Amino acid sequence: MYVAVKGGERAIENAHRLLANARRGDQSVAEVSLDQISEQLGLAVDRVMSEGSLYDRELAALAIKQARGDLIEAIFLVRAFRATLPRFGASEPVDTGAMRVKRRVSSTFKDIPGGQILGPTFDYTHRLLDPSLSQGFVPEAPAVAAASTAPTPRVTDILGRDGLIETSPQAEDGASVGDLTREPLNFPADRYLRLQNLARGDEGFLLAMGYSTQRGYGRNHPFAGEIRFGEVEVEFATEDVGFAVPLGSIELTECQMVNQFKGSATEAPCFTRGYGLAFGQSERKTMSMALVDRALRARELGEEVGAPAQDEEFVLSHSDNVQATGFVEHLKLPHYVDFQSELGLLRKLRKEFAEASAESNTPDTMKEAAE
Amino acid sequence: MNAPAYNFAYLDEQTKRMIRRAILKAIAIPGYQVPFASREMPMPYGWGTGGVQVTAAILGPQDVLKVIDQGSDDTTNAISIRKFFAKTAGVATTTSTDEATVIQTRHRIPETSLHENQVLVYQVPIPEPLRFLEPRETETRRMHALAEYGLMHVKLYEDIARFGHIATAYAYPVKVNARYVMDPSPTPKFDNPKMDNCPALQLFGAGREKRIYAIPPYTQVVSLDFEDHPFEPYRFNAPCALCAAENSYLDEIVTDDKGSRMFVCSDTDYCEGRQAAGHHGALSAAPYKDKAPETSNG
Amino acid sequence: MADQDLLETDQPLLVAESLSKSYGRIAACREVSFSLYPGEVLAIVGESGSGKSTLLQLLSGQLAASGGQVAYRMRDGVTRDLAALGEAERRLLFRTDWGFVHQDPAQGLRMAVSAGANVGERLMAVGWNHYGRIRETASDWLTRVEIDVARIDDAPRTYSGGMRQRLQIARNLVTGPRLVFMDEPTGGLDVSVQARLLDLLRNLVAELQLAVVIVTHDLAVARLLSHRVMVMKGGRVIETGLTDQVLDDPREPYTQLLVSSILPP
Repeated sequence: MYVAVKGGERAIENAHRLLANARRGDQSVAEVSLDQISEQLGLAVDRVMSEGSLYDRELAALAIKQARGDLIEAIFLVRAFRATLPRFGASEPVDTGAMRVKRRVSSTFKDIPGGQILGPTFDYTHRLLDPSLSQGFVPEAPAVAAASTAPTPRVTDILGRDGLIETSPQAEDGASVGDLTREPLNFPADRYLRLQNLARGDEGFLLAMGYSTQRGYGRNHPFAGEIRFGEVEVEFATEDVGFAVPLGSIELTECQMVNQFKGSATEAPCFTRGYGLAFGQSERKTMSMALVDRALRARELGEEVGAPAQDEEFVLSHSDNVQATGFVEHLKLPHYVDFQSELGLLRKLRKEFAEASAESNTPDTMKEAAE
Repeated sequence: MNAPAYNFAYLDEQTKRMIRRAILKAIAIPGYQVPFASREMPMPYGWGTGGVQVTAAILGPQDVLKVIDQGSDDTTNAISIRKFFAKTAGVATTTSTDEATVIQTRHRIPETSLHENQVLVYQVPIPEPLRFLEPRETETRRMHALAEYGLMHVKLYEDIARFGHIATAYAYPVKVNARYVMDPSPTPKFDNPKMDNCPALQLFGAGREKRIYAIPPYTQVVSLDFEDHPFEPYRFNAPCALCAAENSYLDEIVTDDKGSRMFVCSDTDYCEGRQAAGHHGALSAAPYKDKAPETSNG
Repeated sequence: MADQDLLETDQPLLVAESLSKSYGRIAACREVSFSLYPGEVLAIVGESGSGKSTLLQLLSGQLAASGGQVAYRMRDGVTRDLAALGEAERRLLFRTDWGFVHQDPAQGLRMAVSAGANVGERLMAVGWNHYGRIRETASDWLTRVEIDVARIDDAPRTYSGGMRQRLQIARNLVTGPRLVFMDEPTGGLDVSVQARLLDLLRNLVAELQLAVVIVTHDLAVARLLSHRVMVMKGGRVIETGLTDQVLDDPREPYTQLLVSSILPP
């Protein structure tokens, strides 16, 4: 005798309790604190803030802890929280030219006004596992000097002064800012929406897409004009006050790629731009983003559109890891009903096939006899 | 850190208004996919976020909610969504099709006929019926705008040429109100006739793909076919093993490791109702214990 | 109706006026004007880069002109400016009254879909809803383009180059178009296969009274199929006239060069 399966509700509750225990792990081991995550796993926090589109180190650290270190799950938690937050308005555009830079490199000029600043970077470290880090490590004090007051203009601005690179599009004063998370994305999409999408896009996906352009699938000859990381001021203009009020500062990484030039009958040739921006120190992300941004401008710049990274619908529709992981993982959900339909259809087709084969295998003599 | 405080049915009122506008537009243009600014929900994309947003936007405190997945109220995802609304909206929930005012579903339409005061909300993974024939959104939107549906028939033609009949078992495309070709979500084609001239309002939400579409009450819904190869609803060879229903959609249950199997109604509420009314199938647990349909508050 | 018939052949089907297209500083097509009459075959010849493919795209409305216009006499007898047609009208025109034969059949066919469906698609697009009749018409057309009907359920990717090209032609002709554009239709084929295809094309064009604009760099193709020839160089039409006249007695030095270098004496 058969009784339909029941008790799903209890199963869910039990599974969640088990998850909570698995998350905590061996309770004789000290619990990790949000401060520890924020301070010692800072780049993970940066990534979760960037792709979660919410600048809050503490919430990102909480999300990482809750997600057991699964960053896509953490990004998802941050996004779901962000979706419910009210919008007061948009900040003034941040001025990355006035960034208090902690790191700044250019591959296009040997020396630049304000200098190249290596800053905290994995570059030039030898990737040898360091056993001294396993516990009780106290780093040597960093070398310090008084902050320079010399301005650090963006390399692309230096090129722009001579018209060697296209001008950055300037927002009109008072123009409203579109929000990808509040309006559906339609194709073809404007560049600012594409950049919003890429800024939220999965680092691994953008890395692969950017990489593909370097390997010849939509090549556009990039130079890393400048990568800079540091603090910028965020200001918010309210009508009540009449001027922009500083809200605080955030850490950003910006990458400006300088790419192959364009020109036409009416325009002198000049370099073109690819742009990347992310919260915190996210160099791989911003460099990949800049490559993909430039690739996606193919249509606008009159280039042939053929490579995957140039295909706006393809890139923008598949860049979001929260969407992607949801849909891939939804295959775990029951599909009994669809499967039953397919099963029924397959059985029918096999039966028809068997009948047809039986008929055609009937020996000719018998056929003749039958006729 | 801000401790989150959530609105009735989770979504803020502004968002609900935006979704309701999309729903109204969808009702005004039956079968047309209306883009909407889908929000990030606290459950994963592909797990019903579209349906959940539609339900959240239309739910009022007096509503009675039923949630089914694969026809059953007791599958894990149905439970999870029902609990979500019980918690965030505090509405009454039920497993009875008749008592519900809003029914959210994944992959099935209830066997019990719906009535005028009900809304059926479908969870939709891929709203575009032409997607697997033409991957580009810009192109498929143009095809809908110009009612260019030749390609859809190419697919059906290929089925007949290869198999002798249309070999689409679920997500079988329909034409709504003699205008838009629509994906009925991955319901089995068995359910297609229930969409036609249905007294209840049918709403479809696709969260990841950011689309809402609708079939208003009493609207013509025709399954695509050829004159000489008409649409045929799927039929089962045997009645339900528990309630002996002859015309309900059946799940196949593998009962042991020797290949034994049985077929039972996928709509658990329907099946239990029939058993309670004294219908008994070949394998029903006897004596069946009578039980009132489960209704709970909050 | 005699008057109607007279109108049908006396009025031009397609009229190009001062058609131009430039890309930045480069002019791909300059000031091209001509009229095409029902049942007339016009060959556009020239070397690669002469602007002939650009012209074909302009004529068929696939590319927006920088200057000039194209007018087409629709089935209802009204002559319309192509640029002024709505998208729905243009697309309908494209799948009913026009055909476009690409050099590469993969561009004009659905390679993964059976031959029958490839031919039937246009019919289904205009509302045919009877599988048996669609299949019968498709079979009929396969026969007309000399494809074994037994191959009707095979996808064109299993076909040879010549068969694919013939299938593309059948797919285009099934709705009885009055005008067909062809872009180097024999381009990628072996010489022997070319000859058979040309023969087939010539018969179909004559039998169906098709108007054709055919782009080719092969003067032998022009000689065999066309009534009139336009010679292009550097985006301009430099010589035009009856095919035999232009090819036997070219006026322009460039045309003389083309004829002497390509055509055997």
